[in-house]
Amino acid sequence: MQLEVDITGKHFESAAGERHDVLAAIKFSLHAGEVGVFVGPSGCGKSTMLKILAGLDHDYQGRISRPAAARLGMVFQEPRLLPWRSVEDNIRLAAPHIEEKRLSELFAILELTEHRSHFPGELSLGLARRVALARAFAIEPDFLILDEPLASLDDALAAHLREQIATLVESRAMMTLLVTHNLDDAVCLGDRLFLLSARPARILQEVPIPTPRTGRSAAEISHIKADLVRRRLAKI
Amino acid sequence: MLRLLSFLLFLATWWIAALLIGDVKLPAPPAVLTVMLREAASGALFINLGATLARVALSFTLAMALGAAIGYLMGRVKLADRIGDPWLILLLNLPALVVIVLAYIWAGLTEVAAITAIAVNKLPTAVVTLREGTRALDRSLDEMATVFAIPRGRAFRHVILPQLGPYIAAAARSGLSLVWKIVLVAEYLGRPNGVGFEIGVAFQLFDIPLLLAYSLTFAAIVLVIETVLVQPFEFRVSRWRPRAA
Repeated sequence: MQLEVDITGKHFESAAGERHDVLAAIKFSLHAGEVGVFVGPSGCGKSTMLKILAGLDHDYQGRISRPAAARLGMVFQEPRLLPWRSVEDNIRLAAPHIEEKRLSELFAILELTEHRSHFPGELSLGLARRVALARAFAIEPDFLILDEPLASLDDALAAHLREQIATLVESRAMMTLLVTHNLDDAVCLGDRLFLLSARPARILQEVPIPTPRTGRSAAEISHIKADLVRRRLAKI
Repeated sequence: MLRLLSFLLFLATWWIAALLIGDVKLPAPPAVLTVMLREAASGALFINLGATLARVALSFTLAMALGAAIGYLMGRVKLADRIGDPWLILLLNLPALVVIVLAYIWAGLTEVAAITAIAVNKLPTAVVTLREGTRALDRSLDEMATVFAIPRGRAFRHVILPQLGPYIAAAARSGLSLVWKIVLVAEYLGRPNGVGFEIGVAFQLFDIPLLLAYSLTFAAIVLVIETVLVQPFEFRVSRWRPRAA
């Protein structure tokens, strides 16, 4: 299973009739079991790109081939839970055939067991994010999109949740796309990093990380991060 | 308790006013009660109330169902909104009396004409409310439903309908009060039974106790239906929303 993306451009027209280019050339492919990370400045068009990849926006130039049978799971930037359904019902709505055992397992990994019957309005942002993660993993996706899943969480919580995501990503061979502007996320979770330019976004550089995700030492991670910062500065 | 007190205050005001104004124009509570009991004993009260309630139920259901469907369509489809909007403005501002009279002229003094006329009067407010509700739907939840490939029917039931709930409740509430008012006019003008018809008879005979007997029984029924059916429904559909302190 493989994702082939070849977007040549995307623009929209503002209410005043002006043309805004959001995306330039974006070309990459992603295999099952691989985590591709997009790193770019905020407002560069990452979310627009994800919308296109998720099949929510069909108005672009270029082509994308995604296996027709691939199940898509997505964690949006905001949790996007139904406020009128409990945590468990939110997940069961997206994944109606999930087995009780698997659901309990997910809740256990994400530490949501005691929040099963709570409503989203009663959860903190960090908890709501975890519910959104649980929902995306509950459908056993073949293609997983994570749109800044750790944004606006404090460092300790983000680090903790990052480990949980790593555990879940490891548990299943899928094509995973992560968008972030946090280098820690990028280096800890990714196999290949794509550095994006400012708007209109194009891929500046592709950086593979040869060491497998689970075997990276702290020293190696900081080394890669320093390298990334250097590359980024060189581009500016 | 407070409600009972409020009711007693109403009775006292009425009684005092009756004493001041005189029995001819405003009969005291016991006189009206006697007529009420007499009408109840003969069965006329129940037949007329039943006829009126049946008309309310039918026209209300018809208008709500049709109004909700049209409102949803107009909120979702721009073309439908542009085509429907002038009609909506016309219907919203058309006096109830015009609709009722025209319905009786075109369809005869029939039950169908009466119920259609009442429904047409209520329809536009339901359309407007549901259109607003549909416009206010959260697009990001729609996207979520699309991404997770939630089938249309399920998405409508679990994602769309709960968001429309408060709007449906609001349309039902304002619509019901409109129907209560209009049904009597329609009966007065062209039906051989119902509360409106009896009030017409009382008016012609200048029988004020009879007029009050029917009006007050009707008002009491409205009050009961509002408290027992409409308010709990409103509470249920908006229960997940944060409540005002």
